[in-house]
Amino acid sequence: MLSRTADNLYWIARYMERAETAARLLEVGARNALIPSSQGHRSEWESLLRAIGTSAAFNKKYGDIVQRNVESHLFFDRDNPSSVVSCITAARESARIVRTALTSQVWDAINSAFQELRQMERQPRSEMDLSRLTEWTMRHTAMMRGAIEATQLRGDGYNFLNTGYYLERADSTARLLDVKYYVLLPRIEYVGSGLDNYQWTTLLRAMSSHRAFHWAYGGDVTASKIAHFLILNPQCPRSLITCADGLVTHLDRMDRSLKRQTSARTQARALLAELSEARVEDIFEEGLHEFLTRFIKETGKLAHEIRESYLNGDIR
Amino acid sequence: MTQYFNEMYEGGEVRLPYAQLDDWMRNMPAELRQMKQAEAEALFRRIGITFAVYGEGGDPDRLIPFDMFPRVFSALEWSKLERGVKQRARALNAFLADVYGRGEIVRAGRIPAKLVYQNDAYEKEVVGILPPKGVYSHIVGVDLVRTGPEDFFVLEDNCRTPSGVSYMLENREIMMRMFPQLFRDNRIEPVDVYPDLLRRTLASVAPTKCNGEPTIVILTPGHFNSAYYEHSFLADLMGVELVEGQDLFVEGEYVYMRTTEGPRRVDVIYRRLDDAYIDPLCFRPDSMLGVPGLMDVYRSGGVAICSAPGAGVADDKAVYTFVPEMIRFYLGEEPILNNVPTWQCAKTDDCKYVLENLKDLVVKEVHGSGGYGMLVGPKCTATEIAEFALRIKAKPHNYIAQPTLALSTTPTFVEQGIAPRHVDLRPYCLVGERIELVPGGLTRVALTEGSLVVNSSQGGGVKDTWVLAG
Repeated sequence: MLSRTADNLYWIARYMERAETAARLLEVGARNALIPSSQGHRSEWESLLRAIGTSAAFNKKYGDIVQRNVESHLFFDRDNPSSVVSCITAARESARIVRTALTSQVWDAINSAFQELRQMERQPRSEMDLSRLTEWTMRHTAMMRGAIEATQLRGDGYNFLNTGYYLERADSTARLLDVKYYVLLPRIEYVGSGLDNYQWTTLLRAMSSHRAFHWAYGGDVTASKIAHFLILNPQCPRSLITCADGLVTHLDRMDRSLKRQTSARTQARALLAELSEARVEDIFEEGLHEFLTRFIKETGKLAHEIRESYLNGDIR
Repeated sequence: MTQYFNEMYEGGEVRLPYAQLDDWMRNMPAELRQMKQAEAEALFRRIGITFAVYGEGGDPDRLIPFDMFPRVFSALEWSKLERGVKQRARALNAFLADVYGRGEIVRAGRIPAKLVYQNDAYEKEVVGILPPKGVYSHIVGVDLVRTGPEDFFVLEDNCRTPSGVSYMLENREIMMRMFPQLFRDNRIEPVDVYPDLLRRTLASVAPTKCNGEPTIVILTPGHFNSAYYEHSFLADLMGVELVEGQDLFVEGEYVYMRTTEGPRRVDVIYRRLDDAYIDPLCFRPDSMLGVPGLMDVYRSGGVAICSAPGAGVADDKAVYTFVPEMIRFYLGEEPILNNVPTWQCAKTDDCKYVLENLKDLVVKEVHGSGGYGMLVGPKCTATEIAEFALRIKAKPHNYIAQPTLALSTTPTFVEQGIAPRHVDLRPYCLVGERIELVPGGLTRVALTEGSLVVNSSQGGGVKDTWVLAG
């Protein structure tokens, strides 16, 4: 396969997952904004923007931190490279470039999402409330995922798509968790309070795992249970360990098919080994934020290795 | 008032090739037609066959309007066209091999040396190189118009990288999907062998240094190109990689593509990129689209480039006038298809005639394409004609003129029902070890009433083109 084709497939998956993350963030924010706080309702949105690191760009363009503006920013804004519109447009453009490497169902899934999006951009905003936007996004990203699972040949292309998905998902779960822990909470006394639990629950909802969590754990929602669920539980589809496992699986297959041993695979394996042996106590001892920061850095390094090992076209 | 030949009728009677379509047309209620038209449009958009025009504003994914009323040729009509087109393709290739070799036709005084050797499209870089099998132009698109039952004229030849063949294939697919009955009632020659024939043609011109099954690629300028869909469509149907310049590199005597498994040698490049852009070391140094060093490999027989660099000199609008002469000179035959009489404004006498008769003529830029920068005399106001005359006087060598042809019409679905609209035809002739012509081509139709300009950039549409089995 052409290195450029592989690169585009990998990015199609990353962009689709990223669009989904933007929608999930919107959902967390909207739900959090419904609970009153000492400053009224605005602070929640502000923390969310700070957490995803687009606070400065947002202030410059919109000023007022109100839900409508945040919706524009995270959904419609073409100046924000991580907005739903930007991500789906980029994924569709990449798909157009590698049209021949995708099945017609996959192309259809991404292309119809793109066409619908262009219609939505022309519709009056009053007809589109936030839940419609987030549901729309989740539905289309799920359709794309389903089309890939159901129709793509299990070859290198499939492995590159999945590598992109798992890598982006690992990064997004880690960031969403980190948002909660350090930014959403205004003061340390709130830890363990009712407000705290409410926010943890919202986080679970945003990951579509609220019910799953209760099935898996039961009882009260605690920080350590949630950290275990989202980091160490291989049953959770978005947990860091599930993502690491997926990365190892697909990098293994790739290396077998290309008859090579890459540093990317070695690194993914090390990541999985660490998560397999870790206990939730170890994580809290290191500090959740410290652990997540380190993890995000590790996945960044892994992304770099994947580039070097497969995608940059200088493979010998 | 000019009389136009309507291909469906002759003397008030329906012509034989259209007999079945007459019933079909009469029995189709307006609602069904609208439904089918919408269905066709949705299919085109879903498959992604759009004609992207970037940088012109408007919808970047524009659809070329598709007209469902097929254009039909009988087996007999086609066999004449086929012989004519193949004859032309042979002569054009013989001409190219000659002018980059000994230049016999020039020495014999049959074509002016200046016209060939000082032509912008003449590539001095490839003088003395004979490409594999002596073929320069592997895909020759011949633009034809018809003015009567027996009268066909060649408007121009396209020897570089004629586009539009994806429409020929997709128009057929969509018609077969929407109106299967039509294909049961008529015996229509299939066109879907084209991608296989193209692949075989390309494989047949692999360089001598290639041993075993040649690796073929299509080289595209990228996804911003208006014909990108066609590039990826053909790559898909042939099962070859679609590459950009950045995917290829030269090392030693060969060209390689960058793959996830490491470098892989490339033997035949079907490029959809102009000469000027294919190698910055040889042609335009500012081109980012090509492959540095490609021409060195080409010269040493390490790779075949289709069409061969330099092929453009054969489809120049001024050289066009001499194609009948080429046919006589190289093949010793009389041309089967006629040229349109052409005046060259570079010649003083011709220029004088053109300026005096502008209102009856079509004037084109020698290097223009896409229907831009041309004057259709009978459709223009006196002011427009006067303005154009000034442009011709300023740069006479830049223009040629032809009489306004009474282009044939075929029935076409329009808002009010069915009406005649003017059409042209571009068949795609493949030249490799053998010369092949798929029975069919791209029919372009001027959708505006009375318009003679069929270019898609000027409101033209496309039709499925049938050749009936004999």
